[in-house]
Amino acid sequence: MTFDIALVWGAIIAFGVFLYVVLDGFDLGIGLLFPLFHREHERQIMLNTVAPVWDGNETWMVLGGAGLFAAFPVAYSVLLPAAYLPVIGMVCGLIFRGVAFEIRAKARRSQHLWDLAFMIGSATAIFCQGLILGTVLQGIPVVGRQYAGGPFDWLSPFGLLVGLGLWVTYATLACGWLIMKTEGELQRRMYVAMKPLTWLLFVFIVAVSVWTVLGQPTIARRWLTLPNLFYFLPVPLLVVACVIGIQVSVRRQHDRHPFLLALGIMSLGYSGLLISIFPNILPPSLDLWAASAPYSSQAFTLVGAAIVVPIILVYTAASYWIFRGKVRANDPGYH
Amino acid sequence: MAMPGDALLLARWQFAFTVSFHIIFPAISIGLANYLVVLEGAWLMTKRPVYRVLFFFWSKIFAVGFSMGVVSGVVMSYEFGTNWAGFSNAAGSVTGPLLTYEVLTAFFLEAGFLGVMLFGWHKVRPSAHFFATLMVATGTLISTFWILASNSWMHTPQGYMWQDGRIVPVDWIKIIFNPSFPYRWVHMTLASFIVAGCLVVACSAWHMLAGRQDRPVRKAFSMGLWLLLVIVPIQIGVGDAHGLNTRKYQPAKIAAIEGLWETEKGGTSLNLVGWPDMDREETRYAIKVPHLGSVILAHSWTGEIQGLKNFPPEDRPNSTIVFWSFRLMVAMGLLLLAMALLGLALRRGDRIYNARFFLRFAMLMGPSGLIALIAGWITTESGRQPWVVYGVLRTRDAVSAVSAQQVGTSLMVLVVVYFAVFGTGIYYMLKLMVKGPAPFNDEMDEVGTDTGKGNQRFDHRPLSRPTEFIDE
Repeated sequence: MTFDIALVWGAIIAFGVFLYVVLDGFDLGIGLLFPLFHREHERQIMLNTVAPVWDGNETWMVLGGAGLFAAFPVAYSVLLPAAYLPVIGMVCGLIFRGVAFEIRAKARRSQHLWDLAFMIGSATAIFCQGLILGTVLQGIPVVGRQYAGGPFDWLSPFGLLVGLGLWVTYATLACGWLIMKTEGELQRRMYVAMKPLTWLLFVFIVAVSVWTVLGQPTIARRWLTLPNLFYFLPVPLLVVACVIGIQVSVRRQHDRHPFLLALGIMSLGYSGLLISIFPNILPPSLDLWAASAPYSSQAFTLVGAAIVVPIILVYTAASYWIFRGKVRANDPGYH
Repeated sequence: MAMPGDALLLARWQFAFTVSFHIIFPAISIGLANYLVVLEGAWLMTKRPVYRVLFFFWSKIFAVGFSMGVVSGVVMSYEFGTNWAGFSNAAGSVTGPLLTYEVLTAFFLEAGFLGVMLFGWHKVRPSAHFFATLMVATGTLISTFWILASNSWMHTPQGYMWQDGRIVPVDWIKIIFNPSFPYRWVHMTLASFIVAGCLVVACSAWHMLAGRQDRPVRKAFSMGLWLLLVIVPIQIGVGDAHGLNTRKYQPAKIAAIEGLWETEKGGTSLNLVGWPDMDREETRYAIKVPHLGSVILAHSWTGEIQGLKNFPPEDRPNSTIVFWSFRLMVAMGLLLLAMALLGLALRRGDRIYNARFFLRFAMLMGPSGLIALIAGWITTESGRQPWVVYGVLRTRDAVSAVSAQQVGTSLMVLVVVYFAVFGTGIYYMLKLMVKGPAPFNDEMDEVGTDTGKGNQRFDHRPLSRPTEFIDE
């Protein structure tokens, strides 16, 4: 078999997006859990759990975007016009959230406004990401190398469902993260919230999966024919196992297991997504090879990625290690 | 239904608006990050608390600026797809990899070590903390390398070929080290240092005018003026060299900058001021100095500069805009040079800290670095029109097949969001500057140097007390 560079790039981007969803997922989700807490110091603790790492987390999305631009410019220049307004909505949400991180701690009179900016910004960014994902899953019409649909194709019942589903996903991840990073009253309330959130997440996963399979015959064929069904059956079964695992670990007051299992659910959902669309980069018709940049572009960028991504992973891990452990109210901060 | 031309115009406005806002924050971040390295390095070597006080003060302002730079940069990276799909499709195979290298080698480095730099003071050893600061600053410089490589390639493209309606990269060394890249990269990096230097100087001047004359304020003022004294003359030299380069590769841009319509035989005069009129093909109300154009642009008495009429009307950049944006940049540069030299002269007898006219001047010059930077970018980018990749891809062929309504809507949304969020962010940065460095007295300095006790007391002082808010 020859070296298929488009496939390698597809894998790198899939990996980048996966890390993004895992990492920025829990820090975006904190914005959704913010309204449950009203005391200033509790909110500050919630932010402090992610303050040192959120910037790095968000960078994985930029890598996903830039990598798509570099390796699959056709997919990039089709997807972004197709999801034009959700993309604008997402970046605006990220603007509000990112600046609120910095300013909230330094403001008093206007603090409630920055809290609001943080909550609405996070919620908007997540929901728009869901709309974009929904747009991809329901299929994007392409003619030549251009987007051939209307300006509001992304606004569909399915897209809205995925948006809601992503809210629940990120909220669950954030809830697990906070169980791991906090203690006392804050942690207790997160334990209480974790169970219903997980069930709700399960409902959404089932709903989105069924709708995707019903709506797209090619995806249905992939999952529901033999012997594929046997290969892929572990995915839904493991989801069920994780859901049950979270209930058990919450009851036993485990610190880390809820978060790790929530990550498990998320990865399984993501792998289900990849199984559904591969080898398309944008269903129903744009595959990895048709969307590729010239070989010289992909090769040049691959050299950098092969050398630098491992280094990034090392110092990212080091940063998480430095800031490991519980976050407490009286920790010396920087703000 | 709107005409396609409207979408193009709105997309151009949107890009001009978002990029002009964006550039403010990276410029501040690049300059301040490197200043922070100097401050922390000086603190580690001398253990004089004045450097640490300044480090904490400017790292807060850096943090606000950095966060706004990140999020406004994210907007930029998606705009290539939303509004400029034609560009992404045709030229994405060159600019995309360069942008990816920026993310890989710079963006991650900055974001990864920023957490340690801002929050890790109590978690890692001082040397490791310094390493984090160094990595953040290195990241900002690497970032300018890639962005300027990509931008310069759009001005002086080489190392590519056309294939099936898109640009295919052939030689990456030629693409990165394209003819205008070294000039632009150095010019932009120095500009960022100047931007930050102006802010530091103006902030210190403000506090001295308000009667605060303790060590951190004086120190920062002096450091900033030394920096400007060294860098502004170098920057003027680099700008001159860049001009020669532009004359060689983008002659239409030079003609537009000079408001020059005819090619003058035997030496070109310089329009000091005037109003280039694109329709009448002349520069009205011009005040000319004979031969000066040749002297500046060609470094010779009789060097010929091509006039705009040498180029077909559809290939001419808008002279009215770039004529004035260029002059604004040069004026700021000369004023900065004057300030730096005046500062040097006033150092005798410490008049630099006491001459109120100079302090006022220095304070007013606070935004001058940013003004020069933005004016410079307007000059070079408007001067590239009507091409998005010079001589290769026209701007009108680069736009997305999206409706004017969508571009217009997103433009309105972005204008509102930018003014609300970044406007407030800038306001907060100014508030932080007005608050000034932590209170300081000279005994701290002496205790700090010998026993380390002062440092210890310093360590336990919360970086910002809970009662310290910037909007009270």
